[in-house]
Amino acid sequence: MPVDIANYISLSTVIFFIGVTGVVTRRNPLIVLMSIELMFNAANLAFVAFARLWGNNAGHIFVFLVVTVAAAEAAIGLAIVVSVFRTAKHVDLDEVARLRG
Amino acid sequence: MILFYVLAIVLIASAIVTIVQKSPVYSVVSLLVNFIALAAMYFSLNAEFIGVIQIVVYSGAILVLFVFVIALLSSGIGPFSEGPNRLPKILAPALVAVFAAFGFLTYGLARAPLGTLPAHATTSLAGDVGRANVFGSVGDFGVALFTTHLLPFEVTAFVLMVAVIGVVLLGGESALAPTHGSHAPQRKKKSRERESIVKVSK
Repeated sequence: MPVDIANYISLSTVIFFIGVTGVVTRRNPLIVLMSIELMFNAANLAFVAFARLWGNNAGHIFVFLVVTVAAAEAAIGLAIVVSVFRTAKHVDLDEVARLRG
Repeated sequence: MILFYVLAIVLIASAIVTIVQKSPVYSVVSLLVNFIALAAMYFSLNAEFIGVIQIVVYSGAILVLFVFVIALLSSGIGPFSEGPNRLPKILAPALVAVFAAFGFLTYGLARAPLGTLPAHATTSLAGDVGRANVFGSVGDFGVALFTTHLLPFEVTAFVLMVAVIGVVLLGGESALAPTHGSHAPQRKKKSRERESIVKVSK
């Protein structure tokens, strides 16, 4: 029995909003980065579902691009976390305000 | 159908566990479950190569990076403070946003119903000579990546190079910490020499 595309889009929206909630509410930078990964994954799921719906693999290419960007973002984000930890010995996203003018 | 609902429940539950856990280690484990369930969902959507990429890159590379950083940062001390729970403060705007999103979604799908997925995945590129016309297979994906979508592929290489340079710069010794850097003492030495030169010349 085939699945309606609306189910996939709804699931994608739910996961995306779970990720948004994590980004907004948590102060641990690692969990914030993980929530960002959740949001990337929600977008990827929508891409793959639509690619399957229309039989067009441009969606797969776009997922490839998004995965690359996500990997780069995770690497740089974690490097920033380590770098902040090295100077402050304490990582709290509310207290990391060095760039505030 | 059953597979979709099972995977959907696993995906939502593991995502919620990821963002509510106190300890980042449990969050990483839960995120691993999420990624693997998502890979299974990609396989069920005939996206074989994307499913493999999901396992290799996300579960393999990114999660190992997270685990390494957790191990690096929480050696003996707890570097992360939790503070007050901020969920109640943002609950009202969050609910408004969620209902607005689902409202738009239902409205859009009611206006232009997209229907169900076709029972058999067919590729729009089928029929050309030499193409692997199994939708979502490695051959199909590779042909599309290296012919039609070559520019995004090259942009990908550039993005990765920028990321490597950025990580090396950020992870270097003297980044953000000029007092502990290796160049600082030399500079002081030079300025002292200059001072002494100035004194001598006076």
